[in-house]
Amino acid sequence: MIGKGMRLFGLAAAMLAAGTALAQYNLPEPQSPIAREIYDLHTLIMWIIVVIFVGVFGTMTWAIVRHRKAAGHQARQFHENTTVEIVWTIIPFLILVGMAYPATKTVIAMKDTSAPDLTIKATGYQWKWGYDYLQEGISFFSTLATPREQIENRAPKGEHYLLEVDNPVVVPVGKKVRIITTANDVIHAWWVPALGVKQDAIPGFVRDTWFRADSPGIFRGQCAELCGKDHGFMPIVVKAVPPEEYAAWVAEQKKKMAAAALDPAKQWTLEELKAHGEKVYAGNCVACHQANGMGVPGTFPALSGSKIVTGPRQAQIAVVLNGVVKEGKPTAMVSFKHLSDVDIAAVITYTRNSWANKTGDAVSPAEVKAQRK
Amino acid sequence: MQVAHAHNGHPGHGEHAHHPSGIMRWITTTNHKDIGTLYLVFSLIMFFVGGVLALGIRAELFQPGLQFWRPEFFNELTTMHGLIMVFGAIMPAFVGFANWQIPMMIGAPDMAFARMNNWSFWLLPPAALLLVASFFVPGGATAAGWTIYAPLSIQMGPGMDLAIFALHIMGASSIMGSINIITTILNMRAPGMTLMRMPLFAWTWLITAYLLIAVMPVLAGAVTMLLTDRHFGTHFFNAAGGGDPVLFQHIFWFFGHPEVYIMILPGFGIISQIVPTFARKPLFGYSSMVYATASIAILSFIVWAHHMFTVGMPAAAQLFFMYATMLIAVPTGVKVFNWIATMWRGSLTFETPMLFACGFIFVFSMGGFTGLVLAITPVDIQLQDTYYVVAHFHYVLVAGSLFALFGGAYYWMPKWTGHMYDETLGKWHFWLSMIFFNVTFFPMHFSGLAGMPRRIPDYALQFADFNMISSIGAFGFGLSQLIFVYVVWKCVRGGEKAKDRVWEAAEGLEWQLPSPAPYHTWETPPVVR
Repeated sequence: MIGKGMRLFGLAAAMLAAGTALAQYNLPEPQSPIAREIYDLHTLIMWIIVVIFVGVFGTMTWAIVRHRKAAGHQARQFHENTTVEIVWTIIPFLILVGMAYPATKTVIAMKDTSAPDLTIKATGYQWKWGYDYLQEGISFFSTLATPREQIENRAPKGEHYLLEVDNPVVVPVGKKVRIITTANDVIHAWWVPALGVKQDAIPGFVRDTWFRADSPGIFRGQCAELCGKDHGFMPIVVKAVPPEEYAAWVAEQKKKMAAAALDPAKQWTLEELKAHGEKVYAGNCVACHQANGMGVPGTFPALSGSKIVTGPRQAQIAVVLNGVVKEGKPTAMVSFKHLSDVDIAAVITYTRNSWANKTGDAVSPAEVKAQRK
Repeated sequence: MQVAHAHNGHPGHGEHAHHPSGIMRWITTTNHKDIGTLYLVFSLIMFFVGGVLALGIRAELFQPGLQFWRPEFFNELTTMHGLIMVFGAIMPAFVGFANWQIPMMIGAPDMAFARMNNWSFWLLPPAALLLVASFFVPGGATAAGWTIYAPLSIQMGPGMDLAIFALHIMGASSIMGSINIITTILNMRAPGMTLMRMPLFAWTWLITAYLLIAVMPVLAGAVTMLLTDRHFGTHFFNAAGGGDPVLFQHIFWFFGHPEVYIMILPGFGIISQIVPTFARKPLFGYSSMVYATASIAILSFIVWAHHMFTVGMPAAAQLFFMYATMLIAVPTGVKVFNWIATMWRGSLTFETPMLFACGFIFVFSMGGFTGLVLAITPVDIQLQDTYYVVAHFHYVLVAGSLFALFGGAYYWMPKWTGHMYDETLGKWHFWLSMIFFNVTFFPMHFSGLAGMPRRIPDYALQFADFNMISSIGAFGFGLSQLIFVYVVWKCVRGGEKAKDRVWEAAEGLEWQLPSPAPYHTWETPPVVR
């Protein structure tokens, strides 16, 4: 019986050992001064704990082994000893003071968001991140880049499964980056472990945090506050690059933004709109309405065969722009007016000409623009 | 403690004659032992319901990718697992122990308010029904986490409303139960039993009952505000209407932190009864144990925001809550040191209750250590909402509260049923629970440190090994609990006749009663000298 138990335990131990080769057992390698302080604090506390652990459970184990009735040990009826009780109250208190001192210094350092070199606003959406570089005037969305096939086990999973995005946050190495967080719908949290930052993003409020990346690299994190069904699918990727490369990236982004701003004047064909719309759909709509347009019965309505999608185009544009409010309460269909006219026109065109929907309509960006309030 | 005049209710008093039998006995009962049994059976059923939900979670997390559930259903599983285990399993189980044991331990004939006692219990099944039924309403059960943070909980479907009503009802039940326990302990102790001569289990429950009365109304307030935000156009938690989503977290955790002590303090009481019995010597520091329990209870009101270190509080607030949280380590340490000092130079035997007590001290302390790690604000900010936190609170709640409950059940079951339980199976239950518990939850420390957020249905590949081990452990742990059901069943049906003083060195009034304890006990109070 005991042998069987031991073998089971051995199996578990072997599996733990097998895990060693692949997985890590500690906080990720710190990549910023604050992350390093957190790492060192954790190490310090772990050593204190190990010492206490050995002391306390060494004593307990000794008692269990030596002071057994089966070993013929007689109970000594001692109890109540004020000196002992004062000692084991004071000593832990002193240890705690020793731990609190370095922790206090780190708390104050983490809170010091003054004099940043660069400020980025991160906005949490269900379920993606929006970034605004406040001085540079760059804005973009960052959505999960892992294909649905990998999530649904229809394709082998890539190296950065669930931790990859279409547009990473690019920052210069060695500069103090202040991240301002807020949210559009529910509370999210912007977290990059290697940089030692985690800050809740709260709708209607602005909070801030900061980091300074030590060296170039790509640092991956995830939303850390439960924010609904795709909470696990809105990663954060920060790419730290040398300052020259950063400057080049900023210039390129500005050019792209300028080009996008001109777009509404362009004449789009139905095919072009559909092709672009499919991408917008995959980034914004697919989580609820599903790739087959059938939604989730009882929770998220189907678009395929929907009266709104096959009805008058103004009504559908209104839904996408303003969201759906039922009985004075916002629904899961939130406003998408943060998307560009082109994106909205494209995604509406795509939904009107996909699955069972065959309206043949091409909605132009100008129509969307006209309906914006 | 000596009883001078022990006039116990003799069996065969004819007391059953006035009571309905069959199902009506249980529906109309005002007997503390019957009600205790009802609470314990109810909590055991809910423990298995919550356990099945947990296995649903672990099945999905066995491998990366989505295998079994849609992400929204996964969130329903995590939410309902939490709500059911906290409000349906752990809390009612401790109330069950209080009902059975407190009158017998303090020499009272019953609880102070016998009819209200019946009502406190019978509120629970409808509440549980609301929770379970919420899976079947449109949109399913609430998927906002057991912490039901606004504004996410405002987005939920009607399942959220059912959960809110369930919380209201269970809160009312807890408050009534607490009033009953406080009144019983303060007014119905046997002559000579001063407060400082009370068994520690009664002490810890007295303090817990005060905590419950203080914080359950706060929870009721929070969920009522949520309800009016959802349906009646208020904006308590909506910034667009001048409200604040973080306000919900402050109110919730002002309830929530004392709540975690509500779930552990009676456990401390049970352990403090078991350890001296099997060490065959008195508890090392009785009065310091009482003071430590009271200190923990008082501190629990000023540490709530350590659950909120990432919401962006000012540095001064972060520091205050960090220091206050660290202070809790002092009285908790005093308790652990006391238990070990009680074992020291004793004459130890290791029957199943003692195994669970030793397991409790060992594994609960691990949860205490990780609690200390999490108290350090900068480290907490890194680990908040990761699997490290999941590991931490399962170490204190499963290995803490649950192991204490199992220990208590094995300790007093012979007194309740009149039969000895199957010691071999009890030991198997302990060892399998202990091993599988650690296989399940120890790797979660590593997945949390490595950066795995909690409440996600799918994860990056570097977390795959730890999750697979956790899932295997969880199924082992879940199956091991079936042994307990079998042991209880067997013990109720028959077995070796239990002595009145079941354990050689057991001290306390309950051991002076016959086994099984008669339907009515201490009709004439004993005199404690």
